[in-house]
Amino acid sequence: MTTLPQTPSPEQGTPLTQEVISAEIAQARQAYVKAVEGGAPRRDHPDRAYPPYRSSVLRYPRQPLVDVRDPEAVELSGPVFGVTDVTDVDWDLTRQHHGEPLGERIHVTGRVLDRDGRPVRGQLVEIWQANASGRYAHQRDQHPAPLDPNFTGFGRCLTDDEGRYSFTTIKPGPYPWRNHVNAWRPAHIHFSLFGTAFTQRLVTQMYFPGDPLFPYDPIMQSVTDDAARERLVAYYDHDLSTPEWSLGYRWDIILSGPSATWIEESR
Amino acid sequence: MTQQPTASQTVGPFYGYALPFAGGGDIAPAGHPGTVTVHGRVFDGAGRPVPDAMLEFWQPAADGSRAGAPGSLRRDQVTGAVIGRHGLDFTGFGRVSTDADGHYAIRTLPPGGAPYISVCVFARGLLHHLFTRVYLPELTDPAAEPLLSALPAHRRATLIAVPEREKVYGFDIRLQHDGAHEETVFLAFD
Repeated sequence: MTTLPQTPSPEQGTPLTQEVISAEIAQARQAYVKAVEGGAPRRDHPDRAYPPYRSSVLRYPRQPLVDVRDPEAVELSGPVFGVTDVTDVDWDLTRQHHGEPLGERIHVTGRVLDRDGRPVRGQLVEIWQANASGRYAHQRDQHPAPLDPNFTGFGRCLTDDEGRYSFTTIKPGPYPWRNHVNAWRPAHIHFSLFGTAFTQRLVTQMYFPGDPLFPYDPIMQSVTDDAARERLVAYYDHDLSTPEWSLGYRWDIILSGPSATWIEESR
Repeated sequence: MTQQPTASQTVGPFYGYALPFAGGGDIAPAGHPGTVTVHGRVFDGAGRPVPDAMLEFWQPAADGSRAGAPGSLRRDQVTGAVIGRHGLDFTGFGRVSTDADGHYAIRTLPPGGAPYISVCVFARGLLHHLFTRVYLPELTDPAAEPLLSALPAHRRATLIAVPEREKVYGFDIRLQHDGAHEETVFLAFD
């Protein structure tokens, strides 16, 4: 667990600069690299205690999580969804209003797999995102960028028999936030995923390749393992682009966490 | 072949127009006489209510089935709006956001075959969701539950709902010890 640095907050009058946040990001990453060199296991997920992301400071448990090894745990099963939970247009975020949204039309697809590489079939995938100008259709988003009357920015679909999901949307814009002075989030799409067990639940964010904001963003950098962080970035797939229509991005998602079948097979 | 997991990222502050759905906390069929209410507040490490947390609940049906059922987000095919569960199948799944005072409520049926409802907590500021459990006191024998019996009493108490009146239980979630109140016990499964 990372210790909290004694950094003045903006509320106390001293502007919290990117330089300070970047130094903390570097410090956390170096501490992680050193720990792994010393034999600590690699971390696929962020540490909940990640001071560069200031909102985390009062919102993570200080006590260690309690391990549940019960093969009868309810969490080894999970909720299911079906055709009644989605509509035929939910997967296309560009067709939810009368007009066309502004922005760069994209197609995002990939597979949802468990950690043994098996497809997660018929399960719910939900996404939400800012519009092309970097503004969310949310009352509390006061970024002075225009709302788009033709874009709300959320979609749902069910995975197919190969675990594949698919969405048509527009590329979201980067946007400012108030973690520190001049803080900007790289463009991203939020994803919510269910596996075959509640233990496999995942909420995450997909990023776009080559975004210059990556190194400055404490949320993305909270994934201190370089390889794990790179796995959050979709790749541009020219074969997925449609002539004179849209650009294609591919992003596979692997759910960690045991399921009833996994426990059964590992006995 | 072992795959490398995709990392978690925070749900952020702006999920509210996408993930919560009408009737998300109404897991029990409308008017069912066995319905119980579980409600409470989510607090941070300064003891302040968390107004932007989202809680998900998963539980067996009253008959003990863990198969669940589709239809938690059943949709109107004309308007696309969520019209709610049809009340015949028990989906076992609920999702609610906290309100401006950090409060949430669900109405459900007591689970069969297990004394608890599983909870998954998401919030702005929380980089990776947290699991906990609501144990219903009438169903729970702490001595017979390995998870509960292994915890010291003050920690165990954070997992057991408090009866407030008939069929109403209080269950607060404290993300971090605030100097006065015990932090909720959170769980790991791997």
